[in-house]
Formats: sequence, structure tokens, C-alpha cells
Amino acid sequence: MTQGIVQDIAQDVTSAAAPLLEIGGLTKTFGGFTALDNISVDIRKGERFGLIGPNGSGKTTLINCISGALRQNAGSVMFCGEDITQLPPHLRARRGIARSFQIPRPFKSMTVLENLMVGLDFTAGHHVSGLPEEEAAMSILARMGLAAKAGAPTDTLSQVELRKMELARAMAMRPKLLISDEAMAGLSHSEVDEVLDLLISLGDEDITIIMIEHIMQAVMRFSRRMMCLDAGRIIALGAPDEVMANKRVQEAYLGT
Amino acid sequence: MTKRSNSIAFWAGVAVFLVAVTAMTQIVRNEYPFFAGYVILQFVVLSVAWSILGGYAGYVNFGTNAFFGVGVYTAVALFKVSGAPLVVQIAAAGVVGMLLGLAVGLLTLRMRGIFFSIATIALAIIIETTVMNWRFVGGAAGIQLQRPPVMEPFDSYVKMLFFVQGVLVVIAVAIARYIQNSRIGRGLQALRDDELAAECTGVPTLKLKLVACMISGGLISAAGAPAAMYLQYADPSSAFNLSYSVSVLAMSLIGGTAHWIGPVLGAILLGTTQQLLAVTISSEVNVLVLGIMLVVFVVAAPKGIIGLLRPRYRLRAGGKT
Amino acid sequence: MDLLLGAVVLGVLLGCFYAAVSVGLSVSFGLLDVPHVAHPAFLVLASYCVFLLNDRYDIDPLVAGLIITPLFFVFGLVAYRIYYEIFEKRGTDAAVRGIAFFFGIAFIIEVLIILQFGVDQQSVSASYIGKSWRFGEFRIPIRQLVAFAVALGLTSLLALYLSKTFMGRAIRAVAQDEEALRLMGANPVRIKQFAFGIATAVLGMAGALLIIVAPVEPTLDRAYIGRTFCVVVMAGLGSMTGTLVAAIILGVAETIVLTLFGASWAPAISFGMLLAVLAIRPQGLLGR
Repeated sequence: MTQGIVQDIAQDVTSAAAPLLEIGGLTKTFGGFTALDNISVDIRKGERFGLIGPNGSGKTTLINCISGALRQNAGSVMFCGEDITQLPPHLRARRGIARSFQIPRPFKSMTVLENLMVGLDFTAGHHVSGLPEEEAAMSILARMGLAAKAGAPTDTLSQVELRKMELARAMAMRPKLLISDEAMAGLSHSEVDEVLDLLISLGDEDITIIMIEHIMQAVMRFSRRMMCLDAGRIIALGAPDEVMANKRVQEAYLGT
Repeated sequence: MTKRSNSIAFWAGVAVFLVAVTAMTQIVRNEYPFFAGYVILQFVVLSVAWSILGGYAGYVNFGTNAFFGVGVYTAVALFKVSGAPLVVQIAAAGVVGMLLGLAVGLLTLRMRGIFFSIATIALAIIIETTVMNWRFVGGAAGIQLQRPPVMEPFDSYVKMLFFVQGVLVVIAVAIARYIQNSRIGRGLQALRDDELAAECTGVPTLKLKLVACMISGGLISAAGAPAAMYLQYADPSSAFNLSYSVSVLAMSLIGGTAHWIGPVLGAILLGTTQQLLAVTISSEVNVLVLGIMLVVFVVAAPKGIIGLLRPRYRLRAGGKT
Repeated sequence: MDLLLGAVVLGVLLGCFYAAVSVGLSVSFGLLDVPHVAHPAFLVLASYCVFLLNDRYDIDPLVAGLIITPLFFVFGLVAYRIYYEIFEKRGTDAAVRGIAFFFGIAFIIEVLIILQFGVDQQSVSASYIGKSWRFGEFRIPIRQLVAFAVALGLTSLLALYLSKTFMGRAIRAVAQDEEALRLMGANPVRIKQFAFGIATAVLGMAGALLIIVAPVEPTLDRAYIGRTFCVVVMAGLGSMTGTLVAAIILGVAETIVLTLFGASWAPAISFGMLLAVLAIRPQGLLGR
């Protein structure tokens, strides 16, 4: 882990580039309930960022606000230096924000390949239909280990295959920022490793990744920096070791 | 089948169809087949048009009668004002229908599907009420119309209307087929499956829904325009008759909405049956049967006839049919 | 000014009637999320049943309403079971098919009524219909007062039921968190079925009120689809008090416009209000 911290500091010192994603004072309420309370954080380009917190702490709400699925009540979201706070989800997707859903949301009337084609058609900037697109989609599927299932309807996929397809579809969008929302929930040990290795290899390609996860070993292994939410507030932000050692984080998970 | 050979097959089919329609007008003497045929072709256009929004996007329009009636009355108004030729009436009706589709869409397509559906019912009531109070086109009592002289090569006005409706069938099917096979079709399919996921995958859901609604509305109104000349009479209660909504809904869903051929089949089958039965049973029972068949199919055969014929069939949006 | 005041008073009376008519939809659409566009058709069907009993057997319409209430309860139980088996369970294209299904049912009901009763208006006769009550400057038809009183009672009864009884609270619970209820050992489907039965039973009585208030004809359901959905959405889905408040607002708005501009624009009011609420405050006036 020390190496990670050193790399981080080195990146800090040498990189003068603006952060990829800047969240400023983000607040989201549902009626009387405050889901997000004045959240501010910057995500740097190429970062492997872990987001943890007990159930109901606001993780998915934060993701929804970043991707545009929810409108925030206050605050701003900047992406690549552009203010995207008022943009609808599809325009944010076009600018490079891709997300997977906690419970997979496949397009059920389409095959696996066709699911990816949606991403390619509408986001990756390919406007020509025909062979090149399908090849691109197939190569992504091959990488995810789903090539054999390309022509299969989505209702024949297992849980782990659905999760991988979610990520594959997000990848088909050629994103700058990929947000994975509990992609490993309920998977077996080896399946977790499969998905984790996938995400790490994507991270190696300079795609910025935010990972929400409950499986601590996975998050620890993956993240270079971590943030913990509790009741809509940031209670810890920093290197994984520091965050996990933080008393408030431990309390939040284990209760006082 | 490659995309190219599929296109050739399609347009060859279109050519054959148009030749057949034209030949029929020149050869057949009896007027009755053209009266019946006009109605059937009209329902083909209406069903294909309805399916562009209802089938591809999954937003159920209950107000087909509103758009149809608007088409009828646009033609009537235009004809009364300027004696405009049929082609102009149809084009104008199409434009008005598109604008209406845009208006309804902007108001309701941001919301859940059921609110769009209810909006279309209300739209029908409001427009019908407005037209009933519009003296210029005859109000509630209706208006008689004098047909202009028929043009060569047709020897009767009904035969010409039959041909015109045949052309509208080609236009509607060509548009539906284009949408189905294009990026738009894939986007509509995605938003029908899961609108939020589609939006987050980059699909501009509102824009696509509006486009589908406008095209659908425009075609429905265009199909209604010749009806004024067909009947030589127009009145609100028949132009805005709810049976149009039910029939088109039934024909599209019974035919199957995954592919443009579904509504075509549904309209031909059910339209022909209706014409045959019209002599024997009352119009109420006729439409009642249609309503019952709608419910039966929605319950038992959700993918419609095309689903029964080819169970493994998948809508290959962006694909090769 | 007096004209306006009279309109407001009548509007409040009408509004309470609208509440009784819509409260069933608050349960079926508001709480259970069933796309029940056939709700007004069921209402009109109930009216015609009341008409039948009144016309043929001289039964007072309110009594007739009570008679058909248990029948409509059973009708609701069966209807929900069918809807659930076919649509909620299967899930493919369920939204489109569900809406189309109810539209088809509404249409079938309308045509069956036409075939049985004809297209003309029908009304009931009772001792309180035809007379008016002098109230200072105003004359209020007694049938409106009767409908108002019964409607108020009906709505309050349902509201009390949902908040005070065990079953009532189970119904509200299932609307909020079905999974939790299932984990507690309750059968959510049974509960929803029962709720739908109650919603339909209320329609039985509401149908009686409908034909008391004014003559009915087979296509009346179309006018009421806008009104009932407008009330339910304005109320905030599932709120009973909200239903009453929203209905009264609609009633007053309609009566004022009716007095000033005439009757043809009534459907436009409810629909316009529905759109406004959906655009501005989709959770309803009293929703959370």
C-alpha cells in the first residue's frame, strides 16, 4: 500500500491538470430526508477511487447525481472543466460518464451484442452501422469473457454474466469515467476476483474508475484513494489504509 | 440475407404492390371492392403509423381518433377555403398532425407512459368539442362536400382514393421500416426496454420519443385527410369516432408490434373481417368483437401474430430486415 | 358575486362527489400502481346496475348502491387476480399490455352497455331527486346534498379504514415496501387483491351517487378518466385526505368555469390541472 501512496503523491506533485470530476456542495433531499449533505470531492484523471459506506449512506444517490439520473437540490458537478450540473443523463453519457447499475438493467428484448451496440451507437461516436461497430462490440465482449454469449438473449445469462454485461455495455460507451455500483454483490469468491481483475485492467488503461462496493478486500485491493459516506456526509477521505483505520468509519459499519 | 438484398426485395415488393393496385383500378369495374379496399388500406396506414410510437417506443396512444379527425377536418377546412387538391390536403393534414404530436409529446412524454395515454384521451375529447363548435366546418351537424372531377387515368373518384391510400401505405411502411432498421429504432427499442438505462447509455430518450410521436401523428392525420372526400361528408362524431382508436390498437397489437409487418397483417386480417361482417352484424357488435379480440390477444399472445408465427423472432433493430 | 359564491358552494358539493368517485383509484392506481384506466368504466357500469334495480324494482338508488357493493367487491377481487396473473408476473412489455388491456376492458364495458341500454341518457327516480332546498339566496338541489353527504361519509370511512384497521395498514404497507411485508410472512398479493376489491366495492356506491347527481350515458367514462386521474395525482398518490382536498379544488374550478364559460370545456379543466400538477409538483399537493 505504501507504493500506492507514493504513486499518489508523485501524481499530485507532477500533475498540474485539473481534476476530471469536481463535485461541489452537492445536496439531495427527498421530502424531509437528506440523502446527500453538502458533498464536495474531486476525482483525478486515471484514479482508482473507492466509495464505501453503510447501506443508506447515499452512495448510489451520489452516483445518480453524477450520472444525471437524479437532479440535485444544490451544488455543482464539473466534468473535464465543464459544468454539467444541468445536463440530462444522455448528454453526460456522451461526454464520457458511464455507469453500471446496482441491480443490472439489461435491455431485455435484445441480445447481449445488441445491448452493447446501443452504447456504441449513441455514445462512442460511431454513426455508421455495419461491420466495424459489431467488431468493436465483439472485441469488448471477448475481453469480458462473454464472446460466446454475444447472440444470446439476456434472460439466459447468469448473475455474474449480467454484471459483466453491465460493465461491457458501459465500456462500449468508451467512457472517460466509469462508475461501477456494487458490481460484485452476491457473487462467489472466484467471481468477485474475475470482475475485480477486469476493473483493474480497465484502470490500467487510464480510465478513471469509481467503485462502490461492500466487499472490503475488493475495494482495498482496487482503490488508490477511498471515500466513506455516512448519512449523506463524507466521514473519511484518503488512502485506503487511513480510511479503514478511521474510528468513525469503523463505527459507521459496526455501530457504536 | 444481406442488407442490400433485403432492400432490393422490399422495393421490388413495393413496386409489385403499386402495379397491382393500379391494375386493379383499370380492370375491375365494380365499385364495391374499392370502397372496402380503401378502408382496409386506410387501416394499414393507421396501424403502421400507430406502431411507430406504440410498438417501437412503447407509448400507447389512445387518441388515434383525435389525429384522424384532425386530418379529416384539415382537409375539409382547406378544401372549403381554397378548393385545394387532394395531395395538398393530405400534406397539410400530415403537417398539422405532426405539430399536434409535437404538442402532446412536449406536454406528456417526459412522464410515465400512462399519463401520455390519458393525455391522448383528453386530447380527443377537447379537439372533438372544439370542432363541434366550429361553424365554418359545419359544427356538430357536419358538412357536405362536393368531389372535384376525377383525374386521368382513373374513371371514378373512389378508385383514385383507393390508389392514393395505396401510396400512403407505401410511404408509411417505408418510413416505419427505415426507423426500425436505423439507429432511431435501436434507441426506441432500448428506451422501451428500460428508459433510465437507455438514457444513461447515451440515448436521447425525449428527443426520440418526440420524433416518433410526430411521425406517428403526422401519418395518422395524413391517412384521415382523404376520408372527407371518400364519404363526401364529415361530422365530428364519425370523424372522431372512438372505434378508430380501438381498431388500430387491436390491429397493431394483434398483428404484433416488433416488426412493421405486424400491423400490416393485423390491419389486413381484421380489416377484411370487419368489412365482411359489416353486412351481417351491427357496427357496435363489430367493434365489440374487435375489443374482445384485443383483450384476448393482449392476454394470451402478447407478441401478436408475428410472435406466434416465428416464436424465436427478435426485433433486429439496426439489423437487416 | 352571488353567482360566484353559488358556484363555489356547488363546487364544494361536486368536489366531495368527485372524491368518492376517485378514492377507489387512489387505492388501485395510487397505492397499487395498477394502470386502471377502466376505473371510470367500472363506475359507469355500477351506475347502470343501480339504474336497473331502480327502474325495474323501484329500489332506492342508495339502497341499490349498497346491494351492488358486495358484488363489486368480488368483481374487484377477480379482476385483480386476472391482472396479476397475466401482467405483474410475466413482465414482458407489461406496461403497454396492461394499459391496452384496461382500455380494451373499458371499451368492452361501454359497448355492452350500449347494446343493453342504448345510447340515450338514463336517470333514476327517488324522493329526494327533483326537489331543491332554499338556502337564503341559493337553491341547492337536494340530490346534490344527498350525494355530498354520502360521498363524504364514504371517503371518510375508507380513510379511517386505511389508517385504523389492521388490514388497512397492511394495504398501505404493501404499497410502500412489498418486500418487507413478504419477509414478515404476509402475502402481498392477497393484500393487494383485497385492496383492489375494496376499491372496486367503493365504486359500487359511487356509481349510485353518479346517477343520482346527473343522468348517465354510456360514454360518460371518458369524461371521468381525466377527472379521476387528475384528483388522484393532485392528491399525491395514495393520500386519502389529499383526495378530498384535490377533488374539492377540481369541483370548484369546474363549476366556476362552467358558470362563466359553459359546459363544453369541463374535460379540459381536469386535464389541464392534471398536466399542471405533473409538470410543477408531481408528488401532488399533499404528497411527500
